[in-house]
Amino acid sequence: MTEFLQQLLNGLSLGAIYALIALGYTMVYGVLRFINFAHSDVFMVGAFIGYFAGQRLPHDSVLSGFATLAAAMAGCAVLGILIERVVYRPLRGGPTLNVLITAIGMSLFLEYTGQLVFGATPRPFPSIIPARIISIHGLVISMNQVIVIVVAALLMVALELAVYRTKIGTAMRAVALNPKAAQLVGINIDVVISFTFGLGSALAGAGGVLYALNYPSIDPLMGVVPGLKAFVAAVLGGVGNIPGAALGALILGMTETFIDGSRWSTYKDAIAFAVLIGILLFRPAGLLGRYATEKV
Amino acid sequence: MRTLPKPLIALVATVLLAFGVSHFSDRIDPYYLDVMIGVGINVILAVSLNLVNGYTGQFSLGHAGFMSVGAYLSAAVTLLLGPRLLGEDGGSALQQGLLFLAALAMGGCGAALAGLAVGIPSLRLKGDYLALVTLGFGEIIRVIFQNVDALGGALGLNGIPNYTNVFWVYSFAALTVFTVVCLVRSTYGRGFLATQDDEIAAEAVGIDTTRYKIVAFVVGAFFAGVAGGLYGHFKLTITPTGFDFTKSIEIVVMVILGGMGNTPGVIMAAILLTVLPEMLRAVEQYRMVLYSLLLIVLMLVRPKGLFNFDFTALAARLRWRYLASRK
Repeated sequence: MTEFLQQLLNGLSLGAIYALIALGYTMVYGVLRFINFAHSDVFMVGAFIGYFAGQRLPHDSVLSGFATLAAAMAGCAVLGILIERVVYRPLRGGPTLNVLITAIGMSLFLEYTGQLVFGATPRPFPSIIPARIISIHGLVISMNQVIVIVVAALLMVALELAVYRTKIGTAMRAVALNPKAAQLVGINIDVVISFTFGLGSALAGAGGVLYALNYPSIDPLMGVVPGLKAFVAAVLGGVGNIPGAALGALILGMTETFIDGSRWSTYKDAIAFAVLIGILLFRPAGLLGRYATEKV
Repeated sequence: MRTLPKPLIALVATVLLAFGVSHFSDRIDPYYLDVMIGVGINVILAVSLNLVNGYTGQFSLGHAGFMSVGAYLSAAVTLLLGPRLLGEDGGSALQQGLLFLAALAMGGCGAALAGLAVGIPSLRLKGDYLALVTLGFGEIIRVIFQNVDALGGALGLNGIPNYTNVFWVYSFAALTVFTVVCLVRSTYGRGFLATQDDEIAAEAVGIDTTRYKIVAFVVGAFFAGVAGGLYGHFKLTITPTGFDFTKSIEIVVMVILGGMGNTPGVIMAAILLTVLPEMLRAVEQYRMVLYSLLLIVLMLVRPKGLFNFDFTALAARLRWRYLASRK
């Protein structure tokens, strides 16, 4: 029983990180209908911003932990908006595949520039948050895990409020529903798209720092695998659907953790995709996705 | 006397030329020979993926997975059956050639079977979902190879005999181009284009689009498997990580840069994208950064593919100018 709870907790914290990345994928997909491959590298940049900020701030204090998080989120938001403005906007309205290739190019660019600037060797992430371990009846809870889950939950609540309770959030949903109609009623689509990229990238930045806290070494290619998994999670829940992304991420995180604890652990990376394929075969639009009727 | 069809002449000519070049390969700088073989393998991969992505319009990201099936299967054939069939001395050149041909055929057929197994369930999906599922299958295949100890596990297979040469690579490249071009130009093959243009309309006139998609997938996977076999016997060692999704993306980039459904363009893109990193070797450190920047810039500047020249539009413009000047 204790072991089950332990795995549940581990799965929850992994799922929370996947969710933070998956939300960015799903929001961008909802608004622009394309897979932003560079998103996983924004996540990596977030971890690196956290690394450099964390080195300059005093260690082991909750305050500097939050400062680090804020720095990473702000830096990533700027990066995300910049990428959209410079690279994706000129291609808007063109064939989706071109944007996809550009996104792949952007992803490679961030990865290799990262290798050039930061070096390819993994670096240990500073312990910015006091590493404390709480033990209840044999259940080991590390402070990092608690922080990951709490911060992720808070950010998701904030996102929910931003999307459903603010003016720009309403505009975002309108653009996702129908970009042309949204423009007709006076929504500035450029602002909305920039905002979406900023929001999604900020969440990825937070995810980067939280991931680095739990898996304490970072390198320029660290984003590739979690990014891929997070995208799987987004599709699992129905891409373009915000609660769906969170749900998919939790399912994926849990499944992976439980597989990791079993004797099939070497198949861990395949399981994510097996779950995805299994679900898509029965629900082609994802768990919470809606079916779009085809019009002739 | 009946003349042979043009594509067939081109095929035979390329095979003969490849044989000729291969004969003199001792005199060519081994480095150039390596690049040539790399180019040929990428041409096979890109042209076969173009059948799926370009002509049939099904966005697949799992080509490296099929390539790995072919690579492992054909390497297994030459490694396990080779010593038994050819004896200790390795057999004559002809025997080796036949064994290699059989190994490549096995690799191709295995990959085609994998294509069928992947295609039947996943081709119900569309667009990005299909892309992701094919990517997923590719990754699953990779993880399975990583866990099968008989195939070397994560370390991969080593000591594969060095059978790949210019002759084999370019013969199969020519065969791939021949097959894809003839298939698409045939009466039957119009169905691929119809599926890509408008699935609903195609179904309305009685085209079995699912069947076409599966055929495209299986044929594409077959040649990817052959390319994998050639790659294995060229690099002499294969690891599961060599066939991850970055490899698939590399091939997709060739197809899109060449122009979807434009075989000459895709061939040129495959050549360019293989030679380009080699040319950038002088600036080793910045190589991949420049590569990715070029990719972005090319997409921004030539969104319809680098080699997609619209000759009809050009001709129309020239004619217009001519008519205007006469007035």
